[in-house]
Amino acid sequence: MSAPLSPLQQRALRRLAGMMIPPSLKYDVPGADDETIMADILASVGQDHEHVVAVLADLDKRAGGVFADLEPAEARVVAERMRTASGQALRFVTQLILACYYRDDRVMRSLNMETRPPFPKGFTVEQGDWSLLDPVRSRPKLYRDAPP
Amino acid sequence: MSDPVDVLIIGAGASGGAVAWSLAETKMRIVCLEQGDWMKPSEYPSAGRDWEARQMGDFNPSPNRRGRITDYPISEDDSPIKIANFNGVGGGTVLYAGHFPRFHPSDFRVRSLDGVADDWPITYQDLEPYYAENDRMMGVSGLAGDPAYPPKQPMMPPLPLGKGGAKLATGLNKLGWHWWPSDSAIATVDYEGRAKCINLGHCTAGCAQGAKASTDITYWPAAIRAGVELRTRCRVREITTGPDGMATGVVYYDENGVEHFQAAHVVIVACNGIGTPRVLLNSVSGRHPRGIGNSSGLVGKNLMFHPYAQIYGYFDSPTDGYRGPGDCIWSQEFYETDLGRGFVRGYTFEFTRGQGAIMAAVTGMATGRLPWGEDHHDAYRRLHSHRSGMVAICEDLPEEHNTVTLDPQLRDSSGIPAPRITYTLSENSRRMLEHSVARGTEVLRAAGAYDVGFESPLGHGGWHLMGTARMGFDPERSVVNEWGRSHDVKNLFVVDGSVFVTSAGVNPTCTIQALALYVADNIKKRLANLFD
Repeated sequence: MSAPLSPLQQRALRRLAGMMIPPSLKYDVPGADDETIMADILASVGQDHEHVVAVLADLDKRAGGVFADLEPAEARVVAERMRTASGQALRFVTQLILACYYRDDRVMRSLNMETRPPFPKGFTVEQGDWSLLDPVRSRPKLYRDAPP
Repeated sequence: MSDPVDVLIIGAGASGGAVAWSLAETKMRIVCLEQGDWMKPSEYPSAGRDWEARQMGDFNPSPNRRGRITDYPISEDDSPIKIANFNGVGGGTVLYAGHFPRFHPSDFRVRSLDGVADDWPITYQDLEPYYAENDRMMGVSGLAGDPAYPPKQPMMPPLPLGKGGAKLATGLNKLGWHWWPSDSAIATVDYEGRAKCINLGHCTAGCAQGAKASTDITYWPAAIRAGVELRTRCRVREITTGPDGMATGVVYYDENGVEHFQAAHVVIVACNGIGTPRVLLNSVSGRHPRGIGNSSGLVGKNLMFHPYAQIYGYFDSPTDGYRGPGDCIWSQEFYETDLGRGFVRGYTFEFTRGQGAIMAAVTGMATGRLPWGEDHHDAYRRLHSHRSGMVAICEDLPEEHNTVTLDPQLRDSSGIPAPRITYTLSENSRRMLEHSVARGTEVLRAAGAYDVGFESPLGHGGWHLMGTARMGFDPERSVVNEWGRSHDVKNLFVVDGSVFVTSAGVNPTCTIQALALYVADNIKKRLANLFD
């Protein structure tokens, strides 16, 4: 069991999430630094703990101090540099943030999605126009005969 | 010392379930040892709000990422294609897409027709009745009349085309290329106690509805009713042999780590193209110093994947997004050899509907389509439920330098040496992938996609594991004979994808299962002189 993130690490992760996905008035959705979404992110760190810690340490290193305390403009520059450098740890942290953001009720509703699991209600998929198959039906066989 | 069983099967996946069910009618005492657990459909990801996140975690196809106690680690740094599998009752069928194409007749005569690799010791006609039996047991939906195949009759109507399938079909028609509704091991009507598909979403994290045919809900219940004993959380370390070199049973660990020996008159290995050579290579004795059944030196060699290219496009109008089984149609326009294309053999396009909301964001960011910051939301709404595409399943040819060996350091939680993968893409595969990306792009453009992307080879696409205990007539050039029996050890059989001589350009599961039924039938026919 990994140690929980420190308050400072939590603050840095929240800042990173907010830079990744800020709130939108246009779509009436929160940012990924929203309190509820952050609580989900922190509760979902799980096996990505080492990746989160590595990314936050990288941010501090690039900041030359405490990333969470930087002025917004400075923080954006630092985060952009890290993003450009990419790396596996950031990929997992990005997945973590996106996974929690795009299952938030408010976000799903803004995408016209029902706020429920797929099972047991399921979804509808239209049959589509099977007459599209007509030209293929008239083709000669494509497979080759094989010697015994 | 345990009481010997008549038949001991290692692995309860696609082939283990089929061979167990078929042999059950003999009334022999049959035991199967499976290192994983029974799955609980109510606990599959699609029963929860976190279904997409779990596909990246405890239901990830990579055992190294998933890291369940029931998994074994795989050393794969020396391969551009990473392994995907699942360990549990049902094996890989728990996580597979249910795409269920058969091989073509030409796939069994690769040397004769195209001058590469080797012919199989059996033909399409030999397997045809077993394909049909397997279709019935698994429950296959599709549509008769596909000009790419000899006649066959699916049990149920095809999966819906949906918005995505219709777009892609329109593009294929503009190009005059073949397509057809995919044969899918997914029930489109209630079938043999299984409820029909309700389009929960992509099938690759288990089907909570039970519409997808994983062997834990198809073969295994029938096999157990017929008297087969299935023991879970039993991890086999090695197959033991007697002074005469015959298999005597297996040593395994139970879930508490306690070592057991199970004696058996016949041992059947059904652990997939990675797990099977691992078990065989770990089974070293004086009579089998390079591993049991390995006098040819070919156990673990000729590893084949299907190199995948993923080609996708974004459309102005919505696709099916997160709704419905991932697969809908296939194209085999480029399946049979045409040397004018610059490569030998061919591939299948397996068309896919769309993505879930989270995966749309993850891939959008990974490919630079989805920015950080205030532009994120507008960009996301152009991606979400606006993507469709395909994967090209390219035929891989056997090469002895592509191997499964035992890693000198890495071990599983039971202390058993783990497999190590060494694999390089062939030039033929590279050309085929390039061709598929170019043709796939044409399909998407013809279908109206405004933005097309691809990933080739698909790094996490090592789902299909084949060739590492190949079948053949010649004991010096193959590991098992034409009915799955080890050339060296006459009471040892292999029934999974390891026995493939070539890979074809289609998903292998229904051929793996047809082969398992075929081997079982051969065992039944030869019971009186099985070891001659």
